[in-house]
Amino acid sequence: SRSQNVLGRGLLTLLSRDHLDEDAWEEVEELLISADVGLEPTGRIVERLRERTRVLGTRTPEQLRVLLSEELTEALSVDAERSLNVRRDGDRPSVVLVVGVNGAGKTTTCGKIARVLIADGNRVLLGAADTFRAAAADQLETWAQRVGSEVVRGPEGADPASVAFDSVKRGIEAGVDAVLVDTAGRLQNKAGLMDELGKVKRVIEKHGPVDETLLVLDATTGQNGLEQARVFTEVCDVTGVVLTKLDGTAKGGIVIAVQRRLNVPVKLIGLGEGPDDLAPFDVTQFVDALLGD
Amino acid sequence: MFDSLSERLSGIFDSLRGKGRLSDADIDATARQIRMALLEADVALPVVKAFIHRVKERCRGVEVSKALNPAQQVVKIVNEELVAILGGETRRLEFAKQPPTVIMLAGLQGAGKTTLAGKLAKWLRDQNHQPLLVAADLQRPNAVQQLQVLGERAGVEVYAPEPGSGVGDPVQVARESLAHATRHARDIVIIDTAGRLGIDEEMMAQARAIRDATEPDETLFVIDAMIGQDAVATAEAFRDGVGITGVVLSKLDGDARGGAALSVREVTGQPIMFASVGEKLEDFDVFHPERMASRILGMGDVLTLIEQA
Ligand SMILES: Nc1nc2c(ncn2[C@@H]2O[C@H](COP(=O)(O)OP(=O)(O)OP(=O)(O)O)[C@@H](O)[C@H]2O)c(=O)[nH]1
Ligand SMILES: Nc1nc2c(ncn2[C@@H]2O[C@H](COP(=O)(O)OP(=O)(O)OP(=O)(O)O)[C@@H](O)[C@H]2O)c(=O)[nH]1
Ligand SMILES: [Mg+2]
Ligand SMILES: [Mg+2]
Repeated sequence: SRSQNVLGRGLLTLLSRDHLDEDAWEEVEELLISADVGLEPTGRIVERLRERTRVLGTRTPEQLRVLLSEELTEALSVDAERSLNVRRDGDRPSVVLVVGVNGAGKTTTCGKIARVLIADGNRVLLGAADTFRAAAADQLETWAQRVGSEVVRGPEGADPASVAFDSVKRGIEAGVDAVLVDTAGRLQNKAGLMDELGKVKRVIEKHGPVDETLLVLDATTGQNGLEQARVFTEVCDVTGVVLTKLDGTAKGGIVIAVQRRLNVPVKLIGLGEGPDDLAPFDVTQFVDALLGD
Repeated sequence: MFDSLSERLSGIFDSLRGKGRLSDADIDATARQIRMALLEADVALPVVKAFIHRVKERCRGVEVSKALNPAQQVVKIVNEELVAILGGETRRLEFAKQPPTVIMLAGLQGAGKTTLAGKLAKWLRDQNHQPLLVAADLQRPNAVQQLQVLGERAGVEVYAPEPGSGVGDPVQVARESLAHATRHARDIVIIDTAGRLGIDEEMMAQARAIRDATEPDETLFVIDAMIGQDAVATAEAFRDGVGITGVVLSKLDGDARGGAALSVREVTGQPIMFASVGEKLEDFDVFHPERMASRILGMGDVLTLIEQA
């Protein structure tokens, strides 16, 4: 891809030098910034890298590359578990709430996760708690048909919390293994809509705890992604991030800051518009892609 | 969340108030701060570099005025440069001499194209035009229904001969919509297309085919104001892949700084024509370069001060 080439080329010029001058460090910095890592994390990573190259007396390009990749791996590590918490608890299905800003890929991600769970032999119900956007429930219903799950929807303009409540209720009655609740896209600076989301979650919790609250983050997002993660976490206690649209040229470097500041792990990545275009987040692969190979 | 540019700069200049010319060291320190502010606002790196270069040149020649402190003066220069880029060659929609006027929308997945189609339709209808919406996204699940709902809300007919969700040929739909528009005396055709990645060759070829079949008077590139450094690669891909005559920034009701505006303007050379500022059909405005400039650097207050000085 285009931006991959830019990064890859940047690193190559850097690595073909026989000493590390200020320009070389600037190139490392620019490589990270171009991947949306952000100024503060970039500064921190470069500083550590400088320190380590000094201490280790790094000379060869290969060594430096390994160090940079180690630093990024370190920056992306979290203590938290990356697998989805979707084990059925006794007679209650596990409940997953999917949230995020407009157009990030929530509905598609619901469909994809349902596909994976169903392939594993689970019965899944999709709850269409986006009662706002034009044809949002239709879209989720199409996904339900595609992957073979039940769907619960309310009339357009219905209270999303009550549709969410009904979805989980229906899931319990039908004895499904997992209920995935899709919500309307909302920008995190809209207080009213964020309150509504908090309510959706509280109302679902009348049936018991939500097992996963997944924040869907578009990989093309720049520095605003951190603010998204911060506010959504505050409002509904996000337990994992799904980084979508990684099949494009964007690197999704904002997740470094997101994970570090909020300690919320990236759990899944979206790699396309099809039902199978979902994968677990893999730090090594992510770092390699970020460095452009 | 971010320091505004004026806060960043005031530290550098506190000692210098009213002392004649900016020194090279002052200019370098200033340039570093401007660079950081632009990067935090998600302006793409190559665009930042070119911009800084221009600002440095201008700062070199500047006399420190009595009315403004050096920080304010630099902010003023930066702001002028930003407005010049964002606002250069603003223009209105191009209408065809021989109706129907064709407006094609293109952009990444989820950028806000379909919503914009509805907004444009309503806006044009309110100006006594007779627009026709065309459902040429036959890929995304239920994109056709989404457009139909919006068309109904806007009181505008939707041409949707195919069910979509994977069924139907978008090029054919787009082509035939022109004859439909002529038959039903619609003077403007707005074609909604599927979201696509810049690197998706097949989908870009499809967009070109739609363009070639309809010869749009306007091809509007819709881009999400929250986009980061990828704005350049994406804008280049759409510029080269489909051709762009204008840009629409969407989701400006959010709190992203929107540095992408600058990136896209630089890369495509085409004007930013509209701002999409919400989910409702009336959340739509022509683009205001001055507002955008002060938003990117978070310097609304300083500008007011400067204007009063
Ligand atoms: N290329 C690519 N496209 C994706 C991916 N995930 C979702 N999309 C596309 O992005 C667009 C938006 O996806 P949705 O699932 O409707 O997003 P959403 O967050 O539910 O949107 P709203 O409900 O309107 O806020 C659609 O065109 C999807 O097909 C991905 O991983 N890669
Ligand atoms: N807050 C806000 N939301 C917007 C704006 N424009 C569009 N949206 C929302 O963003 C989401 C995606 O918008 P769409 O119009 O479906 O985007 P699209 O480009 O047609 O998406 P695809 O067809 O999937 O590529 C929806 O939830 C819209 O309601 C805007 O200006 N502000
Ligand atoms: Mg949705
Ligand atoms: Mg659309």
